[in-house]
Amino acid sequence: MFKALLFAWMTAVIVLALGLPMVAQPQVWYQFPTIPALEEKARIMFFHVPTAWLSTLAFIMSMVYGIQYLRKKNLEDDIKSAAAAGLGFLFCFLATATGAIWAKFSWGTYWNWDPRQTSIFVLLLIYGAYFALRSAVEVEEKRATLAAVYSIIAAVTMPFFMFIMPRILASLHPEPILNTEGKLHMNTTMLVVFLSSLAGFTGLYYWMWKLQVKANILELNRHS
Amino acid sequence: MPRTESPTRRWIRSAVSIFKKDWHSELRTRYAISALVMFVVTTISIMVFALGSESAPADVLSGMLWVVIFFAAMSGLSRTFVTEEERGTAMTLQLLATPGAVFCGKLLFNLVLVVGVNAFTVLLYTVFLSGFVIKTFSIFFFTILLGSIGLAASSTIIAGIIAKANTKGTLYPVLSFPILLPLLLTCINGTRLAAEGAFIEEAVGEFQFLVSYIVVVITASTVLFEYIWKD
Amino acid sequence: MSLLLEAHGLKKVFNRRVIFQNISFTVQERQTLLVTGRNGSGKSTLVKILGDVLSPTEGTVVLKQASDANVGKRVDWIGLVSPYLQLYDEFSAEENLQLACAMRGLRWHADDIHALLKKVFLYERRNDAVRTFSSGMKQRMKYAFALVHRPPILILDEPTSNLDTEGIQMVKDIMREQQEQGILIVATNDLTDVETYDLQVDLNAPH
Repeated sequence: MFKALLFAWMTAVIVLALGLPMVAQPQVWYQFPTIPALEEKARIMFFHVPTAWLSTLAFIMSMVYGIQYLRKKNLEDDIKSAAAAGLGFLFCFLATATGAIWAKFSWGTYWNWDPRQTSIFVLLLIYGAYFALRSAVEVEEKRATLAAVYSIIAAVTMPFFMFIMPRILASLHPEPILNTEGKLHMNTTMLVVFLSSLAGFTGLYYWMWKLQVKANILELNRHS
Repeated sequence: MPRTESPTRRWIRSAVSIFKKDWHSELRTRYAISALVMFVVTTISIMVFALGSESAPADVLSGMLWVVIFFAAMSGLSRTFVTEEERGTAMTLQLLATPGAVFCGKLLFNLVLVVGVNAFTVLLYTVFLSGFVIKTFSIFFFTILLGSIGLAASSTIIAGIIAKANTKGTLYPVLSFPILLPLLLTCINGTRLAAEGAFIEEAVGEFQFLVSYIVVVITASTVLFEYIWKD
Repeated sequence: MSLLLEAHGLKKVFNRRVIFQNISFTVQERQTLLVTGRNGSGKSTLVKILGDVLSPTEGTVVLKQASDANVGKRVDWIGLVSPYLQLYDEFSAEENLQLACAMRGLRWHADDIHALLKKVFLYERRNDAVRTFSSGMKQRMKYAFALVHRPPILILDEPTSNLDTEGIQMVKDIMREQQEQGILIVATNDLTDVETYDLQVDLNAPH
């Protein structure tokens, strides 16, 4: 039931996101306002922002289940943690890629060292490191412990990174290349589709996560 | 069984003895120190050759200094934990000391090591890379000092993690880099300010940042180390 | 001081294989616990769990004092001799014992260390690096290492491995002394190692 609903929801979102016309002065409810310089390419926002949001959400989820594992030593928590991280990695990769595309549209180059772009890339590095660590430990219990500890350390140092990025870049680049994402003027329709996309992607993530966890727990129980 | 002393004093003695043990062992074998010295000499030589007769601008050189420092740290700071595992003395250490004392002792060792190596690196760097001139020494001093402490803190906890894993060599920089990135960027900035001749007041933000980074990392490490260490 | 070491429902799983489970016992002061089992049955694993260098998958080990006084860290109370124990072999015998004290947070006294080295017949080699010792000497060194803080609980895994007749006699003497004033735990396949014991845990038997 949930699956069918999710499928229908996402289809609607994609159709609306890509289909609804963009007009300079929206007259009718089903029209999007045009964003100067971006026009049609602005549609990428419907997909880029949710993936970025999810890669952060997944990381936090992974860390939370990691902490649960450290407290209770139940391998199922580690499975949940790893599944979240796996999806987070995927979404982070998509976010970095779609972000680079958007950067190309907005500022002409794929990479700009702007705070958000660099942050998502660092998150990608953290995910990569997390999985490199996991693959280097054979004993399950140790793997779970080390992965959990690393994700906590990474989570603790990430805020520092978010904090200094604007500082560093303000000093390295005299004219701040602040993105104008926040200043997007969305009319109600656009906002609705945007938020629906966000919700839909979150639902998709949750569904994929649940599936992965169930499969891995089954495998865990089968062996013991 | 003599247990008349306060736990704190015993803990300090324990941590200090672990530090001294590592230090004496290092002095006898000199593995880490010679490897690190050679690494720094080689890396700076490569840079000098690569630049040739060109000179690079000061802010590029500021960044490169921290590249050398980072990779030198990655060459040497995992030894303190990895050798215990390789030699089989990790269990011995677990029998004798509490995780807190172990972490503190190893951190002290790495701290001394990294400050020494960085001092050497800075010396060679300023001598051989003519474009690198420090105008505000005080900023530079505090940047190197605080940066070294932060470097030691992060490197030690990550070393603790990878010592328990299989492929120790390449995993260490991979895990350390994202964690150290905020520190490195701030230190590069501080070094650049020092090279430009800024006033020390301008670098206060950097110092505050480094101090809070150190505090946060050490606190988190102290809490988490026990989980890594105990099998 | 009346000491009690209790194990409740100890279970160890390693990579999804159950090494042992449902291990429970209580050892009191002046009692000896004998742990037996085939090679690979988990004797050394159990020893490590009792010595607090390995965590059990399930179950607990509790150290209690009759007076209910705070027991503190279990490692302080335990001396362990095991084939898996490695000494710091770049240091001398005497330095190793100094380290054993200092790393436990204790002050060391040269006289006590010398007396202990004499007891394990290593006094003449006290300034030599442990690296240069034979396997029998290293085993004797492990005893000194385990006894330097006079532990109320002594755990011996394969107590007589690598030892000659003189060494075996030394072990018997040490065991007897421990039995008089503390808890002795011996894990071995060779039943001639132990003269008397009060409890037995046999890891061969199905639990």
